[in-house]
Amino acid sequence: MDAIFLQILNGLDKGGAYALIALGLTLVFGTLGVVNFAHGAIFMMGAFCAVTVEKILTLSVRVKDESVTFFDAYKETPYLEVWFGDTGAAIIDWSVPLSIILAIPVMLLIGIVMERSLIRYFYKRPHADQILVTFGLAIVLQELVKAFFGANPIPQGAPDVVAGSAAIGAVFGLGEAVVYPWWRLIYLAFSLVTIGLVFSFLHFTTYGMVVRAGMADRETVELLGINIERRFTIVFGMAAVVAGLAGVMYTPVLPPDYHLGMDFLVLSFVVVVVGGMGSLPGAVLAGFLLGILQSFSSMTEVKDIFPGIDQVIIYLVAVVILLTRPRGLMGRRGVMES
Amino acid sequence: MTHTKIASPKQDILYMAILSAVVLTMPIWLQPFGAAYPDLMQKFMIFGIFAIGYNILFGLTGYLSFGHAAFLGVGSYTAVWSFKLLSMNVIPALIFGTVLSGLFALAIGFVSLRRSGIYFSILTLAFAQMSYNLAYSVLTPITNGETGLQLTQGDARVLDRMAGIQADASLPTPNLFGIEGIGYSGFYICAALMLISFFIYLRIFRSPFGLKLRAIKSNQNRMGYTGYNTRPYLMTAFVISGMYAGLAGSLLAVTDPLAGAERMQWTASGEVVLITILGGVGTLIGPLLGAGIIKYFENILSAFNDSVLQNAFSFLPDWLAHGLASVLGLFVGDGWHLTLGLVFMLIVIFLPGGIMEGISRLWRLVSSSASSTDDKEKEQPSTKEA
Repeated sequence: MDAIFLQILNGLDKGGAYALIALGLTLVFGTLGVVNFAHGAIFMMGAFCAVTVEKILTLSVRVKDESVTFFDAYKETPYLEVWFGDTGAAIIDWSVPLSIILAIPVMLLIGIVMERSLIRYFYKRPHADQILVTFGLAIVLQELVKAFFGANPIPQGAPDVVAGSAAIGAVFGLGEAVVYPWWRLIYLAFSLVTIGLVFSFLHFTTYGMVVRAGMADRETVELLGINIERRFTIVFGMAAVVAGLAGVMYTPVLPPDYHLGMDFLVLSFVVVVVGGMGSLPGAVLAGFLLGILQSFSSMTEVKDIFPGIDQVIIYLVAVVILLTRPRGLMGRRGVMES
Repeated sequence: MTHTKIASPKQDILYMAILSAVVLTMPIWLQPFGAAYPDLMQKFMIFGIFAIGYNILFGLTGYLSFGHAAFLGVGSYTAVWSFKLLSMNVIPALIFGTVLSGLFALAIGFVSLRRSGIYFSILTLAFAQMSYNLAYSVLTPITNGETGLQLTQGDARVLDRMAGIQADASLPTPNLFGIEGIGYSGFYICAALMLISFFIYLRIFRSPFGLKLRAIKSNQNRMGYTGYNTRPYLMTAFVISGMYAGLAGSLLAVTDPLAGAERMQWTASGEVVLITILGGVGTLIGPLLGAGIIKYFENILSAFNDSVLQNAFSFLPDWLAHGLASVLGLFVGDGWHLTLGLVFMLIVIFLPGGIMEGISRLWRLVSSSASSTDDKEKEQPSTKEA
């Protein structure tokens, strides 16, 4: 029972990341009709926003180490600590959550620049061309990151307050031994909130309503005199922000390296296809579902029966779904059928 | 590609003769480019085979597979197993490698080809990733996991033992009845196989079967309306291209009898897509050109490093040389993939037909400007007369 509970949490947690990336992919696909293979790279760049912020905050100066008295010793101390003392140390400790403030405008900018300078020329080109050009872009982005940050994963710490584990078992009446890392709980909450924000933006604002109308029938909306292309550009930027934030928040869970994006991209595409191309609820549902399935299949009990199942479960599910329900779980008729 | 001229068999023979001459004299004419060493030329041939096989699927039918590296990997593993169990002779290795990847392609194609468009791409991608993950985890007894499958002294080599060939102290190398699979002889083995594969590929291009595959690309529905069941044609194309990939994979094992799972990773599948696009999708010779160019520049550029660059710019003032070297350093050496990605993007954006389209555009430009000057020359006397 305890194990099952923890696996569900694990799965929801992982599923949160999948769902956020898949949500962005689906948004872009539903609005612009573009299959974006560079979306994983955006996730990765979000993660490196966090790395950059941490690097800036910990810019250090050599100061004399006062604790060593019998010879002159020096240590590297961040400027922030030199200037602000404990407050500075606290700021550094909170670098990952703080990166969000930087990541939102940066990712929005990256998204909009990407769309205006490259993607918009590919609206009318075949999907194969879109896949290829964004694949090229993904390679370029990840190689740039590799050139600046090196090839090794760069670990990022969560704030000390939430670095430990939560005694979550007691809350659900499962016993004290059931604990779960705080940060992962936060990540789960964060992904739920973000998904909620995106959905309420689309459903409860006029702007979102116009975007949805554009998704359903672009021509009519244009005939009404609305510049739908501009809104779609903003949506692309939004998708980039969602993926970027997912990346920022994921850094304490998994140290980011330059091919983080590629690893997640393949999975997210599978998620999108399982959910149904162009269906936002489908993407979210499939994200969480596949996350849970993956974490259950990595239990030793399951692995004993089906060795290696944890490696292939997601792909296996995708194959089965595509063969039995060709449109995915919640795909709409007429989307991507030609 | 609309301009499909049906060439006569005689022209094809001429075509093959020219190609053979060009390929077989590679060790001579590649000398000035610094690429005339067997290792690299073998790579040209192997990736040429891989790319023309891929072109049969993607170029003719338009189905964008993102999982072809899986077949390459299966070919490699099979070939190494054949070296271990049967014989160091390359013939069984190549046959088993090709046939087994063909069977593997049959299984994957059976499922993937039920869908088209981006779904097909993702299904093939899913299968390739599945094979890659399995090769690293559960299939370790077969694939030897991260270390990679390699030859050992104690391998069975049943056929070799029966033929009375005893392994000496050093590890045996793959050979074709005593002709070694490495060095110049190895290059000629690869070149011969490449030419044979190219001939088959040429015949497929020219055949009614090839025409039907093109019909599927231009309009699959209409093809169905005319009474064709397209699935068997697609399936055949998929299996053939899988076998080409398997052949390329087993040749890789011949040149270096070590098979690792990273050959199956999806970036490796991306590479063959890149090669094909760069050369020219759906063109005959394009994929070969693409393979040559990419492998050549991979080899040249990744050998560059900062000190080489510094030397190259040493005639400039120091600060400028430093700046240039550090900027260009991004694009060479380890950063060669950045160049590759950029070039690839530029090709997809501006020249979707690849290098072959570029050549034909240039050709038209040259020939039209030549003909316009002809016209002027013709006109000029008449104006004088007037």
